[in-house]
Amino acid sequence: MSRIQESVIIRTVVRIMVPFIQLFALYVIMHGASGPGGGFQGGVIFGAAIILYAMIFGISEGKKKMSDALDKILASTGLTIYAGTGLACILFGGMFLQYDAVPLLPDPAVVSKYLIDLVEIGIGITVLAVMISLFFDVSPPEPEPEEAEE
Amino acid sequence: MIWILDITMLFFLVVCAIAAISIKDLLSSIIILSAYSLIMAVVWVEMHAVDVGFTEAAVGAGITTVLFIATLARTEGRSED
Repeated sequence: MSRIQESVIIRTVVRIMVPFIQLFALYVIMHGASGPGGGFQGGVIFGAAIILYAMIFGISEGKKKMSDALDKILASTGLTIYAGTGLACILFGGMFLQYDAVPLLPDPAVVSKYLIDLVEIGIGITVLAVMISLFFDVSPPEPEPEEAEE
Repeated sequence: MIWILDITMLFFLVVCAIAAISIKDLLSSIIILSAYSLIMAVVWVEMHAVDVGFTEAAVGAGITTVLFIATLARTEGRSED
């Protein structure tokens, strides 16, 4: 445990901030179609929240929240959502990611609005899992965290 | 367009870029690179590319800095050249 990780102020602030960062990330993902933002940015912000938690509370504590197996499952799930949405459009006779070909609802514009959100969610899940696993891969091993945070 | 703000931002951008590649201490270099990314994000927003500025702020100033520092913790932290 380094000096920074023992600080009560930092630990409390991080514990309070992390849910709000995650909420902001979900807002960015869901507003990607109508404003600035999108799946990639939202996923990066969501991953940054969990990376912040892992930096302050330790890598092993972070891996309890986000294990390597969960990382792999999430990364492949997001890719499946993205590719599945695109392939569903092909199945209904359109082109890849041609949303209005899917006869889910009477209005094609509403269908494409919901499918764009679904694709953004898939991108966000994959990006957050990949960002977190990148951080866990490059971060130094647990016995020597003193140099890690200085 | 506020051209005085633009000129100031671009000036600091060049200063940060030159400082980041010429400084010996790698941790300082990473922090200056993060400041470069933040200024670049403001420049993108000033050029009405809000989406690109958003990405620059999230990835360039956020994740890249964390990954660089985590990598630096495994090295000696000083440049030889």
